[in-house]
Amino acid sequence: MSGQLVRLAETGRAPVAFRFDGQDMTGLLGDTVLTAILLGTGSLRPAEFGPERRAGFCLMGACQDCWIWAEDGSRLRACSTPVAAGMRLLSTAPERWPA
Amino acid sequence: MTRVLIVGAGPAGIRAAERLVGAGLRPVVVDEGARAGGQIYRRPPDGFIRPPQQLYGSDAGKARALHALFDAMAAAGQVDYRPQSSVHAIRDGVAHVAATRIPYDRLILATGATDRLVPVDGWQRAGVFSLGAAQIALKAQGVAIGRQIVLAGSGPLLTLVAAQLLAAGAGVAAVLDTSPLAAQVQGGIGMALARPTVTARGLAMRARLGRLYHAGVRLERITDDALHWRDAGGRAQVTECDAVALGWHLRAETQLADLAGARFAWSDTWAQWLPVADQMGRAGRGLYLAGDGLRILGADGAEVAGALAASACLDDLGIATPDTRALLRRARRLTRFAAAMARAFPWPGAQLDALPDTAVLCRCEGITLGQMRAAADHGGPEANRVKSLGRIGMGRCQGRYCQLAAADLIARHAGLAPRDVGRLRGQPPVRPVPIGALLDD
Ligand SMILES: Cc1cc2nc3c(=O)[nH]c(=O)nc-3n(C[C@H](O)[C@H](O)[C@H](O)COP(=O)(O)OP(=O)(O)OC[C@H]3O[C@@H](n4cnc5c(N)ncnc54)[C@H](O)[C@@H]3O)c2cc1C
Ligand code: FES
Repeated sequence: MSGQLVRLAETGRAPVAFRFDGQDMTGLLGDTVLTAILLGTGSLRPAEFGPERRAGFCLMGACQDCWIWAEDGSRLRACSTPVAAGMRLLSTAPERWPA
Repeated sequence: MTRVLIVGAGPAGIRAAERLVGAGLRPVVVDEGARAGGQIYRRPPDGFIRPPQQLYGSDAGKARALHALFDAMAAAGQVDYRPQSSVHAIRDGVAHVAATRIPYDRLILATGATDRLVPVDGWQRAGVFSLGAAQIALKAQGVAIGRQIVLAGSGPLLTLVAAQLLAAGAGVAAVLDTSPLAAQVQGGIGMALARPTVTARGLAMRARLGRLYHAGVRLERITDDALHWRDAGGRAQVTECDAVALGWHLRAETQLADLAGARFAWSDTWAQWLPVADQMGRAGRGLYLAGDGLRILGADGAEVAGALAASACLDDLGIATPDTRALLRRARRLTRFAAAMARAFPWPGAQLDALPDTAVLCRCEGITLGQMRAAADHGGPEANRVKSLGRIGMGRCQGRYCQLAAADLIARHAGLAPRDVGRLRGQPPVRPVPIGALLDD
């Protein structure tokens, strides 16, 4: 599907390649992880307590709606983490992860 | 040397630091952001090129001045600046930042505000954001939250964010204000008396929204591709959209003040619990509050409040400070303006009355209004009891986005005033912390 977000400005920055749920994606240097993912797809993760999906809410580090996973099992807050080349990100906990 | 800790590097924290530095102190300044500026003067990351005029409009000069002031103090080592650091707890004169402890003698909290939210049926979906989020996306990342955006709620940010998105070329489908025109006229007169230029600027901005703008609406439901609402005449309306931004003015970020021992009182004007402080911002022994985290006076008010809080701190330390009479006069005028603004954009009680039992109240844990009402029926209409029985306010956001509405809904259900339902007490951590830091404690 197309992304939730639309880029309107600041398009001259260097590209940054990363993976999200096994898909290759590209952001721009200075994008947050949330921006980079939601430009290409509609959400960050499934909700834990309902059928819907989630895509962050406050973008200022206050709601904690935007935490996702990295393939190594670490977690990160997508709205306040800059995207970096080679990141391997997941919408859900990696398998073998003792949840 | 006396150790003064400032939490927050928005307009309030920066002006507080300036005054302390001017008196020869070297405060520690802890701020979550990567660069100082706070919410309104938030700066994009390195490598972004839009000039301040484009980011901050008519406030560009103020933004530039504050950024330059703080950057100069940090570069000269006049402040001990800790960016990208969150204070998650305050205990016995020590602030906890992940595993680091920062002991202090005096504490100035300038923690700002977040959007004030009320639940709308369906607001848990992806693609629903806060109004502030829509602005942050644009300002700090150069992106729009969707292709066809509905902005809904009330307050100064509603018109402002709509105007900023339109100017940037975003698709805005509608701007829906729950405040009736009559309230806006009434509050608007007080606003115009206190700050004619600012009020005129707001009205001009509103006029440019033209037919996109509707006053006196009630929001009913957000679905996958539309927002359902009723216009001021009660007629059902549907606006197609792929993104919704919601916000009803602001909510003071007071959790750290609570942990630091501030007392709270219900404010009818701002329809929320606010810390009690004197006109300088003194809120307890060695505790000073400034900016939107104390009173929602806006950015100019935050600059004044920051200087006042630092002056109070210096006074209490027996250090001479510049005269504060002019600052206090300005603070009083800005308070009159802000109170009139709060009247112009009131809490949307009528919309809460119409919220169905199946609507999600707590976005974090999917708790519905019906579940919360059941907890209130079982345990009585008291906010902290409903919290322990119904988990309202215990999710990821720690009640930041549901507790005001929850308390009001409990009150409406029980036929009480919101103040009678009590205030949810703050608990550490006020921000998530790495597990290691907690094990250390
Ligand atoms: C999202 C948003 C957008 C806004 N946009 C506008 C606007 O365009 N125009 C306008 O006039 N007003 C706007 N406002 C209101 C505006 O924020 C204020 O009037 C002004 O910025 C208040 O200044 P302040 O110094 O009190 O707080 P802020 O500017 O909010 O600064 C507070 C700082 O404290 C930091 N902080 C908070 N808690 C912690 C913690 N636990 N640990 C470490 N640091 C912490 C924050 O990261 C932030 O940098 C906005 C408010 C919000 C929430
Ligand atoms: S979107 Fe709210 S914390 Fe990231």
